[in-house]
Amino acid sequence: MRLWRKLYRLTGQASAGMQADLAKNYFGLFGLPSTFDLDATDLAARYRELQRRFHPDRFASASEPERRLSLQLTAQVNAAFQTLKDPVARARYLLALQGVDTGEDTDTAMDPAFLMEQMELRESLAEAREAADRHARLESLRLRVEEDFEARTALLRSRFAENSEPARRQARNLVREMQFLQKLAHEVEELE
Amino acid sequence: MALLQISEPGQSTAPHEHRLAVGIDLGTTNSLVATVRSGVADTLPDEQGRHLLPSVVHYRRDAGPEVGEAALEAAAEDPLNTIASVKRLMGRGIDDVKRLGNLLPYEFSPGASAMPRIKTVAGEHSPVEVSADILRNLKQRAEATLGGALSGAVITVPAYFDDAQRQATKDAARLAGLNVLRLLNEPTAAAVAYGLDQSADGVFAIYDLGGGTFDISILRLNRGVFEVLATAGDSALGGDDRDHAIANWMWQHAGLTEHADRKLQRRLLRDARAAKQALTDAPAVPVQVLRPDDTVWQGELTRSTLVQLVDPLIERTLTPTRRALKDAGLKPKDIQEVVLVGGSTRMPRVQEKVEAFFGRKPLTRIDPDKVVAIGAAIQADILAGNKPDSDMLLLDVIPLSLGLEIMGGMVERIIPRNSTIPTVRAQEFTTFKDGQTALLIHVLQGERDLVSDCRSLARFELRGIPPMVAGAARIRVTFQVDADGLLSVAAREQGTGVEATITVKPSYGLTDAEIESMLRDSIVHASEDNTARNLREQQVDADRVLEAVQAALRVDGEKYLSRDERAAIDAALALLRNARAGTDAAAIKQAITAVDQATQAFAARRMDASVRAALAGHRLDEFKS
Repeated sequence: MRLWRKLYRLTGQASAGMQADLAKNYFGLFGLPSTFDLDATDLAARYRELQRRFHPDRFASASEPERRLSLQLTAQVNAAFQTLKDPVARARYLLALQGVDTGEDTDTAMDPAFLMEQMELRESLAEAREAADRHARLESLRLRVEEDFEARTALLRSRFAENSEPARRQARNLVREMQFLQKLAHEVEELE
Repeated sequence: MALLQISEPGQSTAPHEHRLAVGIDLGTTNSLVATVRSGVADTLPDEQGRHLLPSVVHYRRDAGPEVGEAALEAAAEDPLNTIASVKRLMGRGIDDVKRLGNLLPYEFSPGASAMPRIKTVAGEHSPVEVSADILRNLKQRAEATLGGALSGAVITVPAYFDDAQRQATKDAARLAGLNVLRLLNEPTAAAVAYGLDQSADGVFAIYDLGGGTFDISILRLNRGVFEVLATAGDSALGGDDRDHAIANWMWQHAGLTEHADRKLQRRLLRDARAAKQALTDAPAVPVQVLRPDDTVWQGELTRSTLVQLVDPLIERTLTPTRRALKDAGLKPKDIQEVVLVGGSTRMPRVQEKVEAFFGRKPLTRIDPDKVVAIGAAIQADILAGNKPDSDMLLLDVIPLSLGLEIMGGMVERIIPRNSTIPTVRAQEFTTFKDGQTALLIHVLQGERDLVSDCRSLARFELRGIPPMVAGAARIRVTFQVDADGLLSVAAREQGTGVEATITVKPSYGLTDAEIESMLRDSIVHASEDNTARNLREQQVDADRVLEAVQAALRVDGEKYLSRDERAAIDAALALLRNARAGTDAAAIKQAITAVDQATQAFAARRMDASVRAALAGHRLDEFKS
């Protein structure tokens, strides 16, 4: 509940003067229902449409209140787009809207099997760094991480579709694991 | 896709007078002003027909400052009072300036805001004031040519400029009496000049080697919208360095000691520049140095020597180029067009190297000195409202991450670099000690983890937090970056609602007191009648407000306003019209503020309805398909 209140405050503050129901929810801002499943192309099209209409450049000769509103609105649109286009950020946000705090900073307990797997992957990464066939190893590692990530994205989709308390708990774990995988993928990319 | 037609609040539906708007390229070596006339964008020459204004200001004891060619001529004779390449000092602190070392022969003294001030016979001048003198000159040129007061200007900055440098540029424009419509990244302006905004979707690289800065930007055009995918650069690398490399070569070959005096340094630089330009047409040119003991060294500078001298500098531009491509997740072959910007790209050697790197011939059709100013003029024309049907939209990103200092001298990133602007982000922090009642918010810009490796932008305090145990307070810090890339920061303790907000005045920016005193000084010293100018500026502003509000009322006045609200707005407008007819600039300004206040709720309702309509259009479209 607490995180939800935080999000509400942020959006309320950043868009003072706007009608609350439009700005309080990133999905609502894009005219979309609050669901995990969304079409990336459609999201990008909506984003561009909002920018095209409300960017401060469109209001350069407008009155002061209109200029301020356009700045606040497009700042919000950009922040919303960053959140919605990334599956992990989107899932985290959606859970927050449903009153679930993913708590990456405070709660470090993870599924032991998942942690074991991560340690193995990290060992492979360390070995690949030194290996003669470094590029081939990094490439196969990248594919492996990508697969794991995709599998969890699919699971996440089904968990969000179910809309039950246990499904939300599972979704929360998936988000936390995907965060790990994202970090790992980034490190592999850095080395490649 | 077909969308419902709705009126956009920013755009007036009634035909209006053409507004005078210019694009200004405030360069390290040269500056230009351009405008759109009869649909064609071009730079404006001075009375002698020269388009380029050397970015040089000569301060004199008993007369106003000379700007441009006249100042350049004075440089060799009066180096201490002639300020060149001042763009390198914009938004910089005295320590940064010292790091530039003997490249700059000026004497500095720190000002009240840690901004360096240059000592001259006409008093001390900050880089912002020197830039304002250049801008004022261009403004006068434009107003004389176009025959009226400017309604606004788009001023370009290197994409890599940080918040301090952008703020300094905006301060300079304010001092020069310019209404800044937008600070535009130079590479984006260049892309607009080439009409790339009207081309097919694709990815473009803008390679800008100017007098004092190098910038590389990777732009993506997607359904008519520009996005800056990545920018990188080196704010202390450019054609000036090439001139210095040649001057150093001459200096070494002339067998000079380490203590070349400033006049000699200037002369060497001037001769180096001339030799470099002569080498575009000839394979070799004679050079000579008059030594302090009146003996003369004579030598020859060949193209191959020049290549040896400049190749390392050109190589240095490829490192940020690779970095930008990597940030954008692209390879050189993914780039559809390469645009060359900056006089330094005229050098055949630069074009060869760029072509070799990208594997394609760069675009060179537009004069690389003018291309940025021309793009800025096109954008200014649109922002001033002269082309209400234009669909162009330029999305920009912040070049460097923004963050806060946390315990242990570490930086917590709030807005990562390359985030599209405007943007807003918030994060929660807490207190470190029991009973802590104040919090120092230290705002930083940069990519490194340690505070000492990042640029300090501002510090401010949040006071009045009620005493609590450590970690119990919840302080939400919100960063907002506007379309010009300028930051404001707000901090709020969530439990009590205690708040503190600042528009970030960078540590190296000007204090408000400094700006005020400069404005006063410029009023005392300016040759033009400033009261009249100020009045004219307020009148232009008043006309803009009247027109915008009236257009909005025509379209939506019935829809969103009660009788009382409408009456209040009409009354405010009547007061403004009245003030506009008079000659009291302060009264006009006050009346404008009153109209702004009276129309706040109206503007919010229109914007809100407009957002709904935009999305409703989408849904309708999807139902149809």
